[in-house]
Amino acid sequence: MGIQGMELCAMAVVVLLFIAVLKQFGILEPISMEDSSDSELELSTVRHQPEGLDQLQAQTKFTKKELQSLYRGFKNECPTGLVDEDTFKLIYSQFFPQGDASTYAHFLFNAFDADGNGAIHFEDFVVGLSILLRGTVHEKLKWAFNLYDINKDGYITKEEMLAIMKSIYDMMGRHTYPILREDAPAEHVERFFQKMDRNKDGVVTIEEFLETCQKDENIMSSMQLFENVI
Amino acid sequence: MAAGLATWLPFARAAAVGWLPLAQQPLPPAPGVKASRGDEVLVVNVSGRRFETWKNTLDRYPDTLLGSSEKEFFYDADSGEYFFDRDPDMFRHVLNFYRTGRLHCPRQECIQAFDEELAFYGLVPELVGDCCLEEYRDRKKENAERLAEDEEAEQTGDGPALPAGSSLRQRLWRAFENPHTSTAALVFYYVTGFFIAVSVIANVVETIPCRSSARRSSREQPCGERFPQAFFCMDTACVLIFTGEYLLRLFAAPSRCRFLRSVMSLIDVVAILPYYIGLLVPKNDDVSGAFVTLRVFRVFRIFKFSRHSQGLRILGYTLKSCASELGFLLFSLTMAIIIFATVMFYAEKGTNKTNFTSIPAAFWYTIVTMTTLGYGDMVPSTIAGKIFGSICSLSGVLVIALPVPVIVSNFSRIYHQNQRADKRRAQQKVRLARIRLAKSGTTNAFLQYKQNGGLEDSGSGEEQAVCVRNRSAFEQQHHHLLHCLEKTTCYEFTDELTFSEALGAVSLGGRTSRSTSVSSQPTGPGSLLSSCCPRRAKRRAIRLANSTASVSRGSMQELDMLAGLHRSPAPQSRSSLNAKPHDSLDLNCDSRDFVAAIISIPTPPANTPDESQPSSPGGGGRASSTLRNSSLGTPCLFPETVKISSL
Repeated sequence: MGIQGMELCAMAVVVLLFIAVLKQFGILEPISMEDSSDSELELSTVRHQPEGLDQLQAQTKFTKKELQSLYRGFKNECPTGLVDEDTFKLIYSQFFPQGDASTYAHFLFNAFDADGNGAIHFEDFVVGLSILLRGTVHEKLKWAFNLYDINKDGYITKEEMLAIMKSIYDMMGRHTYPILREDAPAEHVERFFQKMDRNKDGVVTIEEFLETCQKDENIMSSMQLFENVI
Repeated sequence: MAAGLATWLPFARAAAVGWLPLAQQPLPPAPGVKASRGDEVLVVNVSGRRFETWKNTLDRYPDTLLGSSEKEFFYDADSGEYFFDRDPDMFRHVLNFYRTGRLHCPRQECIQAFDEELAFYGLVPELVGDCCLEEYRDRKKENAERLAEDEEAEQTGDGPALPAGSSLRQRLWRAFENPHTSTAALVFYYVTGFFIAVSVIANVVETIPCRSSARRSSREQPCGERFPQAFFCMDTACVLIFTGEYLLRLFAAPSRCRFLRSVMSLIDVVAILPYYIGLLVPKNDDVSGAFVTLRVFRVFRIFKFSRHSQGLRILGYTLKSCASELGFLLFSLTMAIIIFATVMFYAEKGTNKTNFTSIPAAFWYTIVTMTTLGYGDMVPSTIAGKIFGSICSLSGVLVIALPVPVIVSNFSRIYHQNQRADKRRAQQKVRLARIRLAKSGTTNAFLQYKQNGGLEDSGSGEEQAVCVRNRSAFEQQHHHLLHCLEKTTCYEFTDELTFSEALGAVSLGGRTSRSTSVSSQPTGPGSLLSSCCPRRAKRRAIRLANSTASVSRGSMQELDMLAGLHRSPAPQSRSSLNAKPHDSLDLNCDSRDFVAAIISIPTPPANTPDESQPSSPGGGGRASSTLRNSSLGTPCLFPETVKISSL
């Protein structure tokens, strides 16, 4: 009966080949799904033009020349006029090659993106810089509080602080001395809350924050650190 | 993207305000940046064509001619511009590099000229952007190969100027390799060629049946048996000549071992050995079969012609290089043969008196059918067999006959593709190495900066000033930023080796990393004692200004030392040169965090890069960014520093 089996196989193969030939002639072609409508071409990028120089000068504490120089650098890097989050993360990570700066960059991005539209325009950039470099101590502390307060509800909870702290420690990378411990961020958060949380209610409000910082000499003295950056 | 980094650095520094409330240690003071003049437009006159650019643009790369004070040498006070007597077309690309951070390679210019311009302006060829890098390298390699070929041709060209004191050996070897050098060599060359031909023809002729006029027997003898002495004499003569030639070559070869292993000498040996074996072996019937087999090897004398023919050599080399493709072809053919043979065997199994007695027997049928030979000695008789047989022959046409030209062109395409893939892989490796180097360079620069006393010039001598001098404002600020991060988290950046050593030390000590003291680190004191005597440890690192691999001229500027870090646990004291007087000993951190003490004493520079003592296993931390010289050209020499650590 092997012969019968082989003949059956032979017949089967012949049939298959026949079907293959028919397919070539297009008779048995299955109906192909065509993309009827190509996705419309989107404009490649969205461009953004900043407000006028005079308006920016009024909003910030930079001189005209400084604004010009800042804008030239900014435009060189981002010809479209705005920075999205991924680019921002990339740029910021280049300053911290050893660690992972992406989480902290995310928080920074949210802090700078005042209107929350997912991109930093030149105005956001320059207004933020103005606060950080030319603002009063009060303003700087408020900016820092805004950074820590991830959901912008006016309270810094332990979870928010822990997230921020972890992201900062992430920037250090693996190769640190002494070796980075797992609970280092948590401990740091504990210390921070011990210092800041006056009424021990588990959250830090802006008033508590400002009050504690203004009493701390170290913080106050280091606030002048970055004034001559530009 | 140093241009980008320089632009964003002020922003990153400003954002560091966010760390201030969290810092547990006081942050270091900012570097004192000289009051920078407002940005102005510079005019660069290159052979009459004026280029104007902002000063800041040029300052982005302080390691280059235009970015450093070196351009002052070209300043023309009368016209208030910088004049360069160079090619203005090439300068366009150089200037665009400053503007965009990417160096493009001009397509229509000679690569050599471009290289020279880059060298003049202090740009390293590795800065060529990724878009143009492949082409740049291809053209450079082409150039280099062509020059090498020209040089080689010059050298191997018949130079009658042989060194006067060349020995007989050298002259003999030269005569063998280049027959055109002297008439004697030429004569020898033709004689050996003639005898090779004679030997091969004799081998062929001796098997032709000769009609013996003496005896009209039905059996015809081959000529070899009719004139045994004649053929034997001819054979002997040829073998004598070949043996003599082989021995002479062996004598003259500059490296006998290499000669013995070379293909040509093997062929020679195989060609003459059967004769000698035939002499030694007695002519009895037992071994005569083997003796006959040996005679087959005489035909390999024909390969001796490859010394005389360049084409044969090239063919052999080509086959060797296409070996993998040929092997794959053979493999797929074997697969097809096995499949069809199996099918045919089982299809024809039931038939009586069938030729398909086994699957290997069916191999013969399959091969003959697939190559469309069709001898007809084996034919299927069943219907199934015939169907499969026809499929076999059709597929044979497809598999073998049609794609032969396609395969040939495929070979060359695959060959080139492989080469390109290897090239791309090598380039990828170089690119990754560059990126890694840039990263580690930044880190190492920062670590170096820390050891040199941080931000302040603590006035501890000339050496420190020398090491610090070449750091640009950008680097100073960047390092200050990293320092602030360290102070915020109470941890410090280290390099990989120190980290892994610390890891090892921790596992040895069995304690957590935080609480360490002198006693708990068994390796600590030992390493310290052994390293009490100054150890000259040589380190190589490249510090990349502006995070790019722009290596400038001048050895001091280019490369810097990163000495090993000998750390010792000293719970409280932080002594020596590196101490900042105002950095108070009471840290805001928990006292369990300990502070490392590092003392560095730079030694007078000694340019002996070849000596390097391996650092002690316990204490030395080698910089992880040891440079691969090939990737960045030849590094210059630099001074060494010595680390002494003390308790």
